[in-house]
Amino acid sequence: MIRPGHLRKVGVSGRGLVVALPYLWLLLFFVVPFVIVLKISFSDVDLAIPPYKPLIEWIGTNSLAIKVNFNNYAFLFTDPLYIHALLNSIKVAFISTLLCLVIGYPMAYGIARSAPSTRNVLLLLVVLPFWTSLLLRVYAWIGLLKANGVINNVLIWLGAIHEPLTMLYTPFAMYVGIVYSYLPFLILPLYANLEKMDWQLLEAAEDLGCRPWQAFYKITLPLSRNGVLAGSMLVFIPAVGEFVIPALLGGPNALMIGRVLWDEFFSNRAWPVASAVAILLLILLVPFMMWYQSVQARESAGAR
Amino acid sequence: MNYRRTYFILTCLAFGYAFLYLPILSMVVFSFNASKLVTVWDAAHSPTLKWYYALLNNEEILDAAWISLKVAVINASGAVILGTLAGFGLARFTQFRGRFTLNAMTTAPLVMPEVITGLSLLLLFVALEQSIGWPAGRGITTMTIAHMTFSMAYVTVVVQSRMATFDSALEEAAMDLGARPLKVFFVITLPIIFPAILSGWLLAFTLSWDDLVISSFTSGPGSSTLPMVVFSKVRLGVSPEINVLATITISVVTMMIVGVSIWMSRAAKLEKAG
Repeated sequence: MIRPGHLRKVGVSGRGLVVALPYLWLLLFFVVPFVIVLKISFSDVDLAIPPYKPLIEWIGTNSLAIKVNFNNYAFLFTDPLYIHALLNSIKVAFISTLLCLVIGYPMAYGIARSAPSTRNVLLLLVVLPFWTSLLLRVYAWIGLLKANGVINNVLIWLGAIHEPLTMLYTPFAMYVGIVYSYLPFLILPLYANLEKMDWQLLEAAEDLGCRPWQAFYKITLPLSRNGVLAGSMLVFIPAVGEFVIPALLGGPNALMIGRVLWDEFFSNRAWPVASAVAILLLILLVPFMMWYQSVQARESAGAR
Repeated sequence: MNYRRTYFILTCLAFGYAFLYLPILSMVVFSFNASKLVTVWDAAHSPTLKWYYALLNNEEILDAAWISLKVAVINASGAVILGTLAGFGLARFTQFRGRFTLNAMTTAPLVMPEVITGLSLLLLFVALEQSIGWPAGRGITTMTIAHMTFSMAYVTVVVQSRMATFDSALEEAAMDLGARPLKVFFVITLPIIFPAILSGWLLAFTLSWDDLVISSFTSGPGSSTLPMVVFSKVRLGVSPEINVLATITISVVTMMIVGVSIWMSRAAKLEKAG
């Protein structure tokens, strides 16, 4: 922690200089862009470069006309495609987060309860895929899941099935891809939380007659709440807007909002519509991001 | 302290790691397969290195890799400077105007869906070009700026958490002995957080090297990165050359990560001993 004397000595001007550069950078390249997205979401589609009409225009010499156009938003709510895609994205992200928790919690717990030397190796093995290209790891599943892919070949060889199963380009493939890609994001914060746990509490509970699963439910789970929340947010929020995984594994019917935005932008060149989709998605996700930030703040306050 | 794991937990660990590693393993194995069908093992002609030769003679992939490398190196170096300043500021200055905003601006990019970041940055670049004429067109410059914006957030987190674990008493002592704040930073703080800065650089490099979505929005004609080329190939189905690329990537990453963590655990031991 900082002591007051330390602050005084650094001086206000020095502090200002240190944070000014990253502050201004993020203001210009992270915050201002959202203002522009908001602006363009209110403009008309135009057959020009760039493909939108200006919001503010000089009419004649002395009058300035501001034209705010709500058509893009009206369009999002009249065409069922967009709402459907948005709801489906939330559903997919939510189920994927639950699946990550079911797989990741026991893993994080197992790592946290290993001897320190084993723990470092196990942790390294979780981090390693996270450093390897997401695109290549998603690509690996095409080879595993396709009709003459590894899984079908093994199942046929074992005699379990006679016809290859259709797995690639289905919702199943998409869930597998998302859970596989985001699992490390859930395990790492959860492990960081469980590592700080006082395991003697569990022994005490068992000495007092708690069954192991009762002790887990009453002590471990509530104490790891912040880790569970932080990990879940790190999976849920980006998964809602995921593009690569549904595009590669989900097939043409996998309606995800990130993919809709991508197609509006790249295939239809409808930049204002894409901007409106982005704003809608942002409005939906900002509460979760704020929640994540407050959980993080609580976690780091608890660590000190 | 007890390190107790039940059979249930051990089974979960085994299945979990199998789930994480079988897909990676399958790419490595099939990169040596002679058959163009990729996942059907051609026992007569395999293992072979023919796809390795094919990849190393693929101009399109090599050109894209060169562009990715340039962007990733410039990005990592810039992101480390910005992220270290932000991480240091957030960890050491508990009260300043704009602290909340800076904290929010360095947390949000970690979870922001890439399609939103990509679209918003592109619209910024287009608006800037229209109003001040810079950046002229899209390419390596715009991609690098975009990558720095999201990767500096990761560097900030890494540096900030390292700063939180070491005692500021060392810095205070140096200041009490009369060192100027700048000198304290370079002589005391920087050497201590150097491992975090190094991992921040590697992380920023990797994030940039792997990025598809934000690059696609902010790149221009003739500046396709490696992930963009891979994506357009993979959309058409499996390709033996991509398995080779994956195998090379995995080998490099593994060596790098294992090397760095051995070095860092040694440094940590030295710190404890000293």
